[in-house]
Amino acid sequence: MQNPAIEYDYTVARWFSYLAILFGILGMGIGVWIAFELAFPELNYVGGEYTLFSRLRPIHTNVVAYGFTLSGIWATWYYVGQRVLKVSLAESKFLQGVAKLHFWLYFVTALLAVISLLARYTTSKEYAQFEWPLDILVVIIWVLWGISIFGLIGIRREKTLYISMWYYIATFLGVAMLYLFNNMEVPTYLVTGMGDPLHSVSMYAGTNDAMVQWWFGHNAVAFVFTVPIIAMIYYYLPKESGQPVYSYKLSLLSFWGLMFVYLWAGGHHLIYSTVPDWMQTMGSIFSVILILPSWGSALNMLLTMKGEWHQLKENPLIKFMVLASTFYMLSTLEGPIQSIKSVNALAHFTDWIPGHVHDGTLGWVGFMIIAAIMHMAPRFFKREIYSKKLLEMQFWLQTTGIVLYFSSMWIAGITQGMMWRAVDQYGNLAYSFIDTVTVLHPYYTLRGIGGLFYFIGLFMWAYNFYKTMKASRELEKEPAFASPMAA
Amino acid sequence: MDIKLLQGVMYFGLIVFLTVVLYGYIFHLYRSEKRGERDYEKYGRMALDDELTSTPVEPIEEERKKESP
Repeated sequence: MQNPAIEYDYTVARWFSYLAILFGILGMGIGVWIAFELAFPELNYVGGEYTLFSRLRPIHTNVVAYGFTLSGIWATWYYVGQRVLKVSLAESKFLQGVAKLHFWLYFVTALLAVISLLARYTTSKEYAQFEWPLDILVVIIWVLWGISIFGLIGIRREKTLYISMWYYIATFLGVAMLYLFNNMEVPTYLVTGMGDPLHSVSMYAGTNDAMVQWWFGHNAVAFVFTVPIIAMIYYYLPKESGQPVYSYKLSLLSFWGLMFVYLWAGGHHLIYSTVPDWMQTMGSIFSVILILPSWGSALNMLLTMKGEWHQLKENPLIKFMVLASTFYMLSTLEGPIQSIKSVNALAHFTDWIPGHVHDGTLGWVGFMIIAAIMHMAPRFFKREIYSKKLLEMQFWLQTTGIVLYFSSMWIAGITQGMMWRAVDQYGNLAYSFIDTVTVLHPYYTLRGIGGLFYFIGLFMWAYNFYKTMKASRELEKEPAFASPMAA
Repeated sequence: MDIKLLQGVMYFGLIVFLTVVLYGYIFHLYRSEKRGERDYEKYGRMALDDELTSTPVEPIEEERKKESP
């Protein structure tokens, strides 16, 4: 068989884990700050133009999506990829080099991205704000990741690709396609010889631009916040619990179902706008159908715990993952409900939308990345997890934070929507905009507090990870399933 | 035929086609397992037996090994 001296090479997985923690704290710290800005507007001006909501909001979304989440995705890819293909990165100096280059180029690009957004360089397309030189760097990073994926597949020992691999590959292909098409842009200086060299304009105009933008925007949620996170849960939950996935066939079916349906659902962002009506209707219909493959994966995960539910009580990592799966079910039910035209008429542009986004991102994406990194920590450092109690406290504090966040935004959003559409007996609007702002103030404050709870939880996570690395009891061998942790 | 109508018909046709493919896939999965051609559930072990020294669920026949002494 293979050379027993070779071991899995976790170097790059470790580096990306550090970055996920750092970007998590940075991105969500800004998120908490701007949440409080909405409740207490004077906070906008404490740092001049640099602390205005409009300047910080894109930094929050980009750092969380493309900093925290992508780092988490790559930390897990460089771990899971090797393990399910049964091949070590150390077996190919080339792939090892590509992985390191991938990390460093990403790190530099991420810093440049934050600086450029802070300096107000933006294409003004939501979630696609980076200007053209950064887009080129992103493409190079993506190609490096592709080389890493297909390179490792090329030297694998396991013939069949495990379901997580399918999801990582789909993430790679999906984002590549979306990013290229949505960021087709013309650098104005290169064409006209005038203006700022960093400025560009979209190659699409008007409604077409909106359609491409929301085809991208919604599928960025699909291929950054959903598909790779499913890749993670299909590996980490079975591995941590010691239970094989409940139904492998269901995992394959859900995969194709998700791929088939997700790409058509973006039209729901443009309901009651200038896009063709049939496209809006299709967006709604596909969003509702999307419940099926989403719940297919989530139920498959919950059923994996069948007969093993005592682990939920005993193991905080299982708690994180089971709740992640549950939040996935919640947000994939809530999203389709919001996509129904009549509901959308009430919900669109209200605070219910960020409420929906955050029960998905904080509950599903955040919890899954936290659990995955804490599962890897004992394997990275050959030490047990520093404190189970701290992990438990983090879980409950962050769960409370999420509940505060989404419940306050549900109430705020529906109140807001109802007030906007309320009319008196003559058809005049019953409320002015400022009336809604006054009513919503307590909910905005509650949202900020919920976010703060989650943010404090991130420091508990970082501390636990750091102490695991430095001060925890050493393990004689790598744990097989449940991660060992000190009380 | 009006281009908009044509687009609509093609879109609908594509959806029907993809739906048939998806259901065909379910049928294929269950039929090949029933006939004993393939056991899909064994692949679930790949996440659990994932040491470098674990025996692969389905090993790749490495040409390289045959070539090397």
